[in-house]
Amino acid sequence: MVEFSLWDILRNLLLAARWTVSLSLIAFIGGGLVGLVLLVLRLSKLRGVDRAVGAYVQVFQGTPLLMQLFLAYFGIALFGIKTSPWTAAAVALTLYTSAYLTEIWRGCVASIPKGQWEAAQSLALNFGEQLRHVVLPQALRIAVPPTVGFLVQVIKGTALASVIGFVELTKAGSMISNATYQPFLVYACVALLYFALCFPVSLVAQSLERKLHGNRR
Amino acid sequence: MLIALDFSAVLASWPLLVRGVVWTIGLTIVGTVLGLLLGTACAWARARNLGHRPTALRWAVASYVELVRNTPFIVQLFFLFFGLPALGLKLSPEFASVLAMVINLGAYSAEIIRAGIEATPRGQIEAAHGLALTPGQTFRRVVLPPALQKVWPAMVSQIIIVMLGSAVCGQISTPELSYAANLISSNTFRAFEAFILATAVYLVLSMLTRRLLMWIGARFLVGR
Repeated sequence: MVEFSLWDILRNLLLAARWTVSLSLIAFIGGGLVGLVLLVLRLSKLRGVDRAVGAYVQVFQGTPLLMQLFLAYFGIALFGIKTSPWTAAAVALTLYTSAYLTEIWRGCVASIPKGQWEAAQSLALNFGEQLRHVVLPQALRIAVPPTVGFLVQVIKGTALASVIGFVELTKAGSMISNATYQPFLVYACVALLYFALCFPVSLVAQSLERKLHGNRR
Repeated sequence: MLIALDFSAVLASWPLLVRGVVWTIGLTIVGTVLGLLLGTACAWARARNLGHRPTALRWAVASYVELVRNTPFIVQLFFLFFGLPALGLKLSPEFASVLAMVINLGAYSAEIIRAGIEATPRGQIEAAHGLALTPGQTFRRVVLPPALQKVWPAMVSQIIIVMLGSAVCGQISTPELSYAANLISSNTFRAFEAFILATAVYLVLSMLTRRLLMWIGARFLVGR
């Protein structure tokens, strides 16, 4: 039997953590872009669009991410497109992230006083200009802390991609634990690596929040 | 579309789905009750406005909360189910699932409840002391009820997140809803249909749970 040292385990987990990081970044950036489009659609007050985006958010927030991953994995294949765990995970996590981010940002925009919209309107700015020059810059300031905080949820969410066979940190952990027969050690290392990824982000989000509220006092 | 959807085979396995729903609800109820108790205890230990606590206790609770909040639920579950037997502590899938849910909700609810506790006006705690209430009575009767009332909407969202998170418990063969969907999909080869049906059930469950919990909040927390 081959002996595995702690370094062997850690090194392989670290290599797999690259995939956790890239999947998180793709989902976060993609989800941010889709979320922004949804936000603009929702604010545009077009007939029916507001409700449709609301339903979209409700569906993604009201169902397990695991089911969304399965549906993406089997659903994309249904259209005759050859899919890999990597695409399915990227698509599902992007949509999931977009639903949460658009809802977070909607709250931030809603907290901008109505007078700001009206003032912008009375300056003859059109809808796009009102958003771009008056509302979004103010909303952005409030939006940063919860958005950074949500990044932690995205990183943790990527762990579920292991279930559809995408080899990231958690999946690598299962494989290494099956090879080494040291599940306690391996899963402890996996947990600590996730902690090392997420905790700094949490701290940044917390300090951003404190700064924001400090300004108000 | 290459394949037409066909739900008949999946719907024929409805007893499996029903059993799954019952398990999901059961896991959620037990996990929520115990998780809220654990969370309240941790919030009591961490709150900054309830007098002195031993530093060791504060540190222990803080590390527990941060460790759980910054690692994925699935890793916590795998650690309990696959990791602990290496130390000679073998858990059944069902017990490991409940334990993971309690530990998870305990950490999140601790932070939520703590926010409510720390929003208690200083004068109320002083008034309770003035009436010669013990610290225990002050916490149970003066601090906790309005604190829970303030944070209840956030609590409801977190409970629903934990319920949806329980879908992962199927991975260690706890017979809950997503496990049923997996089973049906491998029995019938109708994977997409099985999962979309299970997803719809989850959606209904989460909407009903939100209504029920908001009603419970309005009925038992506000009416004091």
